[in-house]
Amino acid sequence: MHNSLSAATSGSALPRTDAIVELSDVRFSWAGNGQPTVEIDAFQVQAAERVFVQGPSGSGKSTLLSLLSGVITPQRGSIRVLMQDMRALDSAERDRFRADHIGIIFQMFNLIPYLSVVENVTLPCGFSARRRARALRNAVSVEAEAVRLLNDLDMGEPGLLRRPVTELSVGQQQRVAAARALIGAPALIIADEPTSSLDADRRVAFLELLFRECAREQTALIFVSHDASLENRFDRAIEFAAINRALGGPPVLRAA
Amino acid sequence: MILTLAIKSLRNRRLTAGLTVLSIALAVMLLLGVERIREEARDSFTSTLSGTDLIVGARSSPVHLLLSSVFRIGNATNNLTWDTYQVLAQRPEIAWTIPISLGDSHRGFRVLGTTQDYLDHYRFARDRRLELAEGRPFAGSHDAVLGAEVSSSLGYRLGQTIVIAHGAGDVSFSLHKDQPFRVVGILARTGTPVDRTVHVTLEGIDAVHAGGGELANDPLAAAMRAAEATSMHEHDRPVGHDHGLTSGSERTLTAFLVGLKSRGAALSVQRVINEYPEEPLTAILPGVTLQEVWEIVGAAEKTLFVVSAMVVAIGLAGMLVALLTSLNERRREMAILRSVGARPTHIFTLILGEAAFLTLVGIAVGVVGLYLGLVIGHPWLESRLGLFVAIDWPSAHELSLMALVAGAGALIGLVPAYRIYRYSLADGMTIRI
Repeated sequence: MHNSLSAATSGSALPRTDAIVELSDVRFSWAGNGQPTVEIDAFQVQAAERVFVQGPSGSGKSTLLSLLSGVITPQRGSIRVLMQDMRALDSAERDRFRADHIGIIFQMFNLIPYLSVVENVTLPCGFSARRRARALRNAVSVEAEAVRLLNDLDMGEPGLLRRPVTELSVGQQQRVAAARALIGAPALIIADEPTSSLDADRRVAFLELLFRECAREQTALIFVSHDASLENRFDRAIEFAAINRALGGPPVLRAA
Repeated sequence: MILTLAIKSLRNRRLTAGLTVLSIALAVMLLLGVERIREEARDSFTSTLSGTDLIVGARSSPVHLLLSSVFRIGNATNNLTWDTYQVLAQRPEIAWTIPISLGDSHRGFRVLGTTQDYLDHYRFARDRRLELAEGRPFAGSHDAVLGAEVSSSLGYRLGQTIVIAHGAGDVSFSLHKDQPFRVVGILARTGTPVDRTVHVTLEGIDAVHAGGGELANDPLAAAMRAAEATSMHEHDRPVGHDHGLTSGSERTLTAFLVGLKSRGAALSVQRVINEYPEEPLTAILPGVTLQEVWEIVGAAEKTLFVVSAMVVAIGLAGMLVALLTSLNERRREMAILRSVGARPTHIFTLILGEAAFLTLVGIAVGVVGLYLGLVIGHPWLESRLGLFVAIDWPSAHELSLMALVAGAGALIGLVPAYRIYRYSLADGMTIRI
């Protein structure tokens, strides 16, 4: 009773625009762990918005990303992505939903070592017909679209494309990962510290490329990092402790 | 999609995958090869003699009689008299008989005295009859017809004269030198003990032993006799070879094979012979006794099967180890796949499919290897071991063995597949290594 009431209030209190991500009253704890890892009263991300989520390691950021991508579901509360209630989907449907609508970039180990650069980029099109169809809107084949994206990310040299992914530099690997997240224009890209293994110059350059590609398809970006120096490049920056009550912070959103 | 990934992933790990396939292939090759040789051995054993309804010899154990008369192994403890043979052979139920007189040898090969009936009625391997590869049947008393292996290993040709020795040893010093035989025919290969036999007529055996006459225990006398080109006859060995005097009626036989007019009469004729009042005799049904003997030698082949089954288990265990050790590094790969929308069941299928694929390729390579080995080793198996291993399509039994191995491979694949399934559920996209 109290739950539904508070969820309704927080939902109406915030401006209900075309939110791509909408969390309310979310509570998640890992099995065998009494204390919740994530406890968020309200959190929204708008279409094409670029949100920077900052917090130290172990603060539950990665758990939040798993919740957003539907790999795990909260014990309580609702998570809506593109108006779809993730808890209403079963795990196979969430997997399909993720394949269709969410691109993900990891901190490291982004690429599958035995696939070529282009095969790595086109991987999501193998699991999602929608992303395949959207990729084919821009190009004659998903491979051509992959090459176009790689070109835009300064990875278009034929020599680079042919090289085994394990021989690419970390920065190059992250750009291939970005192209994979971007292909087929998902509505949301989640990046989990993708720049932490890059040096400062390359971080900014990588971010610029990522922003440019997100802007092209009006893609929202949730960018998790512990590197505060990047935050003013984003539309909005959030201190994760500020929204995650599990960390003892106040249940308030801090907009930048 | 998953299939492409599985194939590319395997290609990436081609060394370990190749070694896994190789170990499974070798194991399957061994298993099927042993099975095939086992079956062939059993077949060729039980088909050593065919079409004979009864074997009759002096009173002894059935196995002993079979071994001495058909396999030429050991010696009959006793002989039966020619008179008895004559009487029994006249019985109305009997269609034909083949008299057999053993006891002499030629350079390690047994010499068998018989009649034309042997060439006419002896059957092996599902009613195949003896064929002459060269020459003609024996006619005169000093004609010899050689088994295929005798002629090939000793290099004998038609027209050559040979001398037979008393007793069955490889090297015998008592030669019937005064009674040389002439090779008039060479039999086609049969894959049975016939190949290792020198066939002569009963008259030939008679003549050899009539010539020697007295015992020759005195070495000096023996040497003198040898100088006179008479035979040295060392009749002090109790080898059931008591053919000192050999006028027709006192001639003895080791055994005789019987073909009946009607198979149904076998049991009653067997009883009549076993109860023959004039002389203690044993009549056996060769099929039954062959089976009995196979039960004895069969224990070894069962052990062989168990050993080869264990080799298969080791091959599959090797695959399990290879898959399990690859899992940890592949957890990253699985997280990436999960992030692009692969389901835990996809991941499960990927690993299980890999195990199944490795096993199937292993089996296929093993079967190809087996056939290659058979084609190459075929002449050797036949000439050395007398095993005629047919290069046929896999039998139903072999197919079921292969299916068993494939099933076991898939079952083993469940272990790493389930583990990675659990990992991918727990890890999600975060890789906690």
